[in-house]
Amino acid sequence: MSEGDAPQKARAIVIGHGEFSAGLTSAVQQITGMGDQFVSLSNTGMAPGDIEAALKAHLADGTSVIFTDLPAGSATLAARRVARDMPEVVVVSGVNLATLLDFVCSSAASPAEAARGAAERGRASLLVLERH
Amino acid sequence: MAILLYRIDDRLIHGQVVVGWGQPLDIGFLVLVDDLVASSDWEKELYRMAVPPEMEICFADVGTAIRDHARYATDPRPGILIAGDISVMHRLVSGVKAIGSVNLGGIHHRAGRQEKLRYIFLTQEEERELLALESSGVEVTAQDVPGARAVPLAEILGGSV
Repeated sequence: MSEGDAPQKARAIVIGHGEFSAGLTSAVQQITGMGDQFVSLSNTGMAPGDIEAALKAHLADGTSVIFTDLPAGSATLAARRVARDMPEVVVVSGVNLATLLDFVCSSAASPAEAARGAAERGRASLLVLERH
Repeated sequence: MAILLYRIDDRLIHGQVVVGWGQPLDIGFLVLVDDLVASSDWEKELYRMAVPPEMEICFADVGTAIRDHARYATDPRPGILIAGDISVMHRLVSGVKAIGSVNLGGIHHRAGRQEKLRYIFLTQEEERELLALESSGVEVTAQDVPGARAVPLAEILGGSV
């Protein structure tokens, strides 16, 4: 975001272990300047109820997409519990940088649609490159 | 094999359990002891989807876990048993004399609890319950991940970490 611009409302939450989400969103900022489309959260030191409360607080602002790091992680489980009562919320686990870059650059009609497309892009970005 | 780890963790199944402990110990099955989860199909499916396909997950309330413990303990695969709080593990230990050690993996902050370790917060009642557990012959240590040092209960409660 350049100086003087109004702060943009976040379109999605990124949550994971340690500094995972802060690192990913800083990379999005470095590449596209659109890192402010994300709220970055860490589950470090948090009980499941605390994670759910933090997610609900941000979803109450109108955000409807949650990206998490590990399918088995406590952040993913908390996100799924929160989304159970909020059918408009989309949870994408196993997020990587390619996923978030596609999300911020997407022209999809809604954040949920953008998230679905971004998940496909993120999956396709996992490549084994050897002996080339 | 047998159950290699009896763990108290308020997050139940999560990354540290499935990956942190599960991979190096080559865990083949998890036993999640929780009355609420055991009675909810939705909760069971939530946790089932969180574990890799090569890892079986069993759900049990405390009574069922006591009844079935001999079967878990003679399973040829290595396993982990997880309880969400101290009282559940205490009830389990009271009913299964074969449990010799308990791992404190994560008991997080809430009102009335004091920090003992970065990942262990306890009320005075919980401290007493852990002491009772240890006095019954069960070794109690705190260790969040396999590479960390196992901290003895006396050291945890002494606050000398």
